[in-house]
Amino acid sequence: MKIEVLGTGCKNCNALEAATSRALQELGMDVAIEKVTDYGEIVAYGVMSTPALAIDGEVKTTGRVPSVRELTDILTGATA
Amino acid sequence: MSVFLPEPGTRRTSRNLWGLVVAAAFAWLVGYVVNGRVWDWLVFDVVGLDPESRLGEAVHFFVYDTTKILLLLSGIIFIVTVLRSFVTIERTRALLGGRREGLGNVAAAGLGVVTPFCSCSAVPAFIGFVAAGVPLGITLSFLIASPMVNEVAVILILGMFGWKVAVLYVVFGLLVAIVAGYVLGRLRLERWVEPFVFETKLRGDVIEPSTDMPWEDRFAFGWQEVKTIVGKIWPYLLVGIGLGAAIHGWAPEDLFASWAGAGNPLAVPIAVLVGIPLYSSAAGVIPLVQALADKGVALGTVLAFMMAVVALSVPEMILLRRVLKPKLLATFVGVVGVGILTVGYLFNVVI
Repeated sequence: MKIEVLGTGCKNCNALEAATSRALQELGMDVAIEKVTDYGEIVAYGVMSTPALAIDGEVKTTGRVPSVRELTDILTGATA
Repeated sequence: MSVFLPEPGTRRTSRNLWGLVVAAAFAWLVGYVVNGRVWDWLVFDVVGLDPESRLGEAVHFFVYDTTKILLLLSGIIFIVTVLRSFVTIERTRALLGGRREGLGNVAAAGLGVVTPFCSCSAVPAFIGFVAAGVPLGITLSFLIASPMVNEVAVILILGMFGWKVAVLYVVFGLLVAIVAGYVLGRLRLERWVEPFVFETKLRGDVIEPSTDMPWEDRFAFGWQEVKTIVGKIWPYLLVGIGLGAAIHGWAPEDLFASWAGAGNPLAVPIAVLVGIPLYSSAAGVIPLVQALADKGVALGTVLAFMMAVVALSVPEMILLRRVLKPKLLATFVGVVGVGILTVGYLFNVVI
């Protein structure tokens, strides 16, 4: 499983990374979170509002920081 | 107001949720209506300050305005965020793709107001628009309108100067975005865009995120946004209103009238030049500006100042430098600046 946080280091991008790692912790999953900060790469994902979360190359959310609960839903949906 | 945020794991049924939203709206309305009377009573009757004294006037201005603006901010940010959860920047781009200049600029400015957008996304949005074939001038109309007619600025103007000035601000803000974008488009400046923008290939499908959110998520998102924005700007707001209160109480009535009134042609350009470097403190600048307007600064000068603060900011220029070459960036600032100057002069002549 590959988890990527797409964003260029704004406050919300760090918040998304923190929330995602909390969600992973709650699920007892040990997966590293990768950060994608290159503008060209972010846009190539089809993302125009950061922060965005991509799992295995598929963008799940953009433009907002979902709650930890929503993130655990997304993460369990992705592993199932 | 935190009552209507569902706790994790104990999601309320949607009927309960709507009940909570209605109750919160009612509490908000009561708060807004009694705000003046409660502070009249507390400041003048309980604390015993003289309503005619400078101190009494300044203290009352401070507490009354702070309460009013915090209420307006949280109420309107909540509503705007919930409404905006139906619009996405991806959808906006699809609407703008292949548009002709002219009408396309009008559409872009209008969509810039309703599309949820944070200036930290200005660069990915710019690349995404241009790479998808949205013309440069139309993209710039979007990027100018979005921060200029932004909800925090409009709410503050509404609270400080009333709805007429707020409407004028929105109309003229849109006009600047439309005309400046159109002019920049006609100048054919594509060669001054960093080449990698045109080389960016969009792979895969365009993502349409979060359009099927349930209402409780939209409300939770709205409440989240209220907390984030108010949490970020309240210190600036307090300093701004505090300075405003001091000027309101102590500065003589016509302090600025002589050098920043409608009669001084240099007042507008100076206001714009001072406004550009001020950015993060937009929320604090506007209460201060109301006090300046009270003491004789012409309204057009005040509006030009506010537009410069929100639409032309140094941090955003630094971000845009990643995709625009310095010449285009300078042209952008120049054209938008001239637009703002025109609005300022026009206002000073009309009003």
